Amino acid sequence: MDSFVNRFKKTASVWVDDGFANGFVGIDGAKGLNYPVFELPACDNAPHTDENSTTECRIKLQHGTTTLAFKFQNGIVVAVDSRASAGSYIASQTVKKVIEINPHLLGTMAGGAADCAFWERELGRRCRLYELRNKERISVAAASKLLVNMVYSYKGMGLSMGTMITGWDKTGPNLFYVDSDGTRLKGDLFSVGSGSTFAYGVLDSGFDFDMSTQDAIELGRRSIYHATHRDAASGGSINVYHVKEDGWEFINNYDVGDLHWEYQDQPKPRLTETAQPMLNIQA
Amino acid sequence: MECLIGFVGNGFVLTATDTSAARSITVMKSNEDKSRDLNKHIMLLYCGEPGDTVHFAEYIQRNVKLYGIVNGIELTPKAAATFTRRQLANSLRSRKPYAVNLLIAGHDTTKSTPHLYWIDYLGTSVEVPFSAHGYGAYYCLSLLDRYHRPDINLEEAKVLIRKCIDELKTRFIINLSDFKIKITDKDGIREITI
Repeated sequence: MDSFVNRFKKTASVWVDDGFANGFVGIDGAKGLNYPVFELPACDNAPHTDENSTTECRIKLQHGTTTLAFKFQNGIVVAVDSRASAGSYIASQTVKKVIEINPHLLGTMAGGAADCAFWERELGRRCRLYELRNKERISVAAASKLLVNMVYSYKGMGLSMGTMITGWDKTGPNLFYVDSDGTRLKGDLFSVGSGSTFAYGVLDSGFDFDMSTQDAIELGRRSIYHATHRDAASGGSINVYHVKEDGWEFINNYDVGDLHWEYQDQPKPRLTETAQPMLNIQA
Repeated sequence: MECLIGFVGNGFVLTATDTSAARSITVMKSNEDKSRDLNKHIMLLYCGEPGDTVHFAEYIQRNVKLYGIVNGIELTPKAAATFTRRQLANSLRSRKPYAVNLLIAGHDTTKSTPHLYWIDYLGTSVEVPFSAHGYGAYYCLSLLDRYHRPDINLEEAKVLIRKCIDELKTRFIINLSDFKIKITDKDGIREITI
């Protein structure tokens, strides 16, 4: 960047401290180009950049995360952990990874915290505009398509997000997986994040579409608990939401430390002959 | 790991696509339809870079549809393939080319003939009697070389596509759980089970 700019400058850049242009080069004669003389922070984030990644600038997942959502007879259960990490450092144990887009739409966060928070907030703004313009709520399919179109236009520029958009619209409960590759999938059951494989194991084996709301919430909570147990980058506490016809409801926040002792005393379920292999990755 | 297969029979084109949407080592969805209908008699099957595939396919779909609306006459399979190839070829020299491989299966209603076009992300387009994209091609092309005839009827075609899918299920390391099989003929596009 510097060498590029210097080609068009009369003199090399110098540090001027004249009060109002602190840290920036002053007006340079006819060129009139202000630019910082220090390295751009975005160009020097080696500790947060994965060199072995396939794309040129894949930022390391700032979230070691486990998130899940699944449809069942009474709507959709959404469960997420709450740990934020930067490398081996646990940055926070109390992150809200479910973004409440509006009273009928929820989004989950995995990947870059800022990317998810920013783009889902932007999605919320666009959904509200849609509502004002059309005098009806946006469908979940349309909302997720808005999001995927926004992130697709930044493809290859380092965005990192894996999210699930859920809600209840005219067509009933809906669940979409959207990521920064530009993938958008409609489905019945998804898990996203570094702990997703662990969550899938528990979730797929315990899933039954006709389960009660209480059982569904417990399954979501347990799946996240087992993922936080095995995935070092997931942890903190578990937030559970239930998406219903009249909008979502926040169920509770459960500390995984407390849950560990609670679950430890419970007997393992009996494995019966009638157990069927679970194939729930259907739409 | 994706797989598209297609071949021309007597008055129809039969295509099969795997239905898994995978990310990293996880299968996120096992019943994804990797095709779009361009008009009543032409469909576009796609595989490749996630995100690019659906975006490009829908772009082509809408432009072909627009052509039909504006001109009151539908594109032939050849015209659709030529248009699609050109869009890919232009994209190839852009800052961010589409990494999408395609099969275009269609029925030419003006001449009442079936056509299959094989198009890759570099903008290679060729009309073929049978073809495949992805790792599946390494197993299926020899089978199709051995058994395919241009006058193959629908019953035989079902047997042949079954052979291809069975071969993939026995020899291919990746478990492609399910395939979506479609027919394009004078009556339009429909899904079949075998």
